[in-house]
Amino acid sequence: MIEINKWIKKNTFHHSAFEDLEKLVEEKNRQNLTISLCIPTLNEAKTIGKEIVLFRSELMVRFPLLDEIAVIDSGSADNTLEVAKSFGADTYLASEILPDLENKKGKGENLWKAIYQLKGDIIVYIDADIKNIHPRFVYGLVAPLVYNKTIKYVKAFYDRPLAFSEGIRPSGGGRVTEILIRPLFSLFFPELSSIIQPLSGEYAVRREVLEKLSFPIGYGVETAHIIDVYREYGMEAFAQTDLDQRVHRNQETISLGKMAFGILQTFLNRMKSYGMMTDIPEMSTILRQFQARDEIFESIELEIVEEERPPMIPVPEYLKKRGKNDTTYT
Amino acid sequence: MYEILNSLPGLQENLREIRDILLTNLVMLGEIPSPTFKEQGRMNFLVNRFNQYNLLNCSTDEKGNGLGILPGQKGERNILIVAHLDSEYDEKIDHTISIQPNSVSGPGIADNALGLAVVASLPYIMDKLRIKLNANLVLMGSARSQGTGNLEGIRFFLKNTDINISTGISVEGVRLGRLSNSSVGMVRCEIHYWVPEGYDWTQFGAVGSIVTLNEFINRVLEIPIPNRPSTNIIFSSITSGLGFSKVSTKAELKLEIQSESEEMVEQLLKKINNIAVEIASKRSSGVIVKVIARRKPGGIEFSHPLVANAIKIMEKLDIKPRITPSMSELSAFIDKDIPALTLGISDIDTVEKATESVKIEPMYKGLAQLISLLTAIDRGYCDRN
Repeated sequence: MIEINKWIKKNTFHHSAFEDLEKLVEEKNRQNLTISLCIPTLNEAKTIGKEIVLFRSELMVRFPLLDEIAVIDSGSADNTLEVAKSFGADTYLASEILPDLENKKGKGENLWKAIYQLKGDIIVYIDADIKNIHPRFVYGLVAPLVYNKTIKYVKAFYDRPLAFSEGIRPSGGGRVTEILIRPLFSLFFPELSSIIQPLSGEYAVRREVLEKLSFPIGYGVETAHIIDVYREYGMEAFAQTDLDQRVHRNQETISLGKMAFGILQTFLNRMKSYGMMTDIPEMSTILRQFQARDEIFESIELEIVEEERPPMIPVPEYLKKRGKNDTTYT
Repeated sequence: MYEILNSLPGLQENLREIRDILLTNLVMLGEIPSPTFKEQGRMNFLVNRFNQYNLLNCSTDEKGNGLGILPGQKGERNILIVAHLDSEYDEKIDHTISIQPNSVSGPGIADNALGLAVVASLPYIMDKLRIKLNANLVLMGSARSQGTGNLEGIRFFLKNTDINISTGISVEGVRLGRLSNSSVGMVRCEIHYWVPEGYDWTQFGAVGSIVTLNEFINRVLEIPIPNRPSTNIIFSSITSGLGFSKVSTKAELKLEIQSESEEMVEQLLKKINNIAVEIASKRSSGVIVKVIARRKPGGIEFSHPLVANAIKIMEKLDIKPRITPSMSELSAFIDKDIPALTLGISDIDTVEKATESVKIEPMYKGLAQLISLLTAIDRGYCDRN
């Protein structure tokens, strides 16, 4: 635990430490870095406009921290892409990126395709449903990577409780994190339990790391990333930034059940592939939940399959676009 | 003036480039709750912006106003551009703002986050469009403006500043075309009725405070109101009662008297005061008539070059001027005999009914009229001589 507390002290930041954007941009330019923002979307027309306007004006026009802002959409039924485009974002349909590959639908698919489509040395991912969006969501995550070359993966966490008295207060993630992820990490990867909100959808990562990660396209993408980066680089590769408060839509418990089911599949598959659990039987992909109609209880069966995209590195189109050959990485 | 009017179409188009800056300031200011007397968050943001634009004298004062000076090339004239920091929305209300391609929505977005965003963006706009004035622009977010604030912030500044303000422009979010050059006389008051302790509920005609207040309102409605000078009494809000089965013991009415004549305002206030006391006496009720805000009538005449040139600019931009008296910051300028106007920046989006909403497209015209008027003032076209 001493090591964990040491890591927390060293690699946990508050966004206010990085609000000198002039200095941050200067350092970015000195290192000749490029930074891309990816916003994965599905039916986010109500909130996407504000995100684009704020990030463009503050982080491209006033302080050129970002080199591109891209919205990668899963096929929204509302006019998400039109709204995003009208405010100057680069917009893409996920299915139109690497069109020769079999089409898959899920947030992880958009994140994975961003590695191909975007040009940045650092890619920062921000969800589109944040009501209280602010430039800190980007610079708070990007800055630790710009200032510290050892850090490769920066996660957001949010710590501004509605009310507390003084002194010690509980601080942590959402329901799925506290009921599922943190207990699992505590059992099998104790150091990872010090990441306060492992499931947050906001994080910044170096391309050299992203292109070597495989991407579950559904609920398990964040969990898989954390385990894989930890196995490859250790805790020193991680940092986390407190972005204060994130106001977003709250999910019903039944939806969190689906999320937990997907994450658990990913987690157990990782345990198997790393040889940490050898006797896992073949897992069902059917989640059963219940609903009551008057006095009668009905079972609802949902198929949740956590498909994965392989690392981007060996994809020939990617190597071609980046001007590399497949021996570069062997 | 001809040159300024001719440059308007180009200016309006160039202003499209600063859309994101203006909208960002609008969102970031609008999402900070700022009820009257609690404007510090917005003030901090505004002064921070002024600092980032390297304005001079970025500061606050004991009333919580936020200030910065964009220095002119000569600095012989000082134009004060002000928007009030406070909004009518309580800090507990969700202040999330939403941006759609044609409009921006959220609590207080029109009154007056947009006006304030314009003041916050002005240094960037002037720089981006390479507009250099000879005059200093004194930019200000004024605190304690609305309701019981009674323009405390701007009045304090104008009373105590060493800067010689030549002209004032008060910026309001809506509506485009608004042109206020005068203020009507006004008194805002609260009438409180209450049932005193030991009240004898068995006496003839014993009633609670709602009935007493109702009787007061009926009597006020019987007061003859003249057409000239144009006069009005506005019943603004009523608070009373706790629920069923309980007679209300307190009632409060907010009321505003407006008139072109200060004498008429005073006469009506006296009558209302007399009625309030008479009814309280009849009902054995307690009463207080509390005056919370006053405005003197006055302003610059319609033929003043500042008004005339503002109208020329609006007409060139196809904006229909709406000449209306103002109760806002303009009154404070009038009290100090400083020529001043109130201008609106955009229109309400009536399609978006769920919340307060302003249109984006008219903002370019709104900004163009403001910048052109500043240029006209700077060149002396709006001076009386």
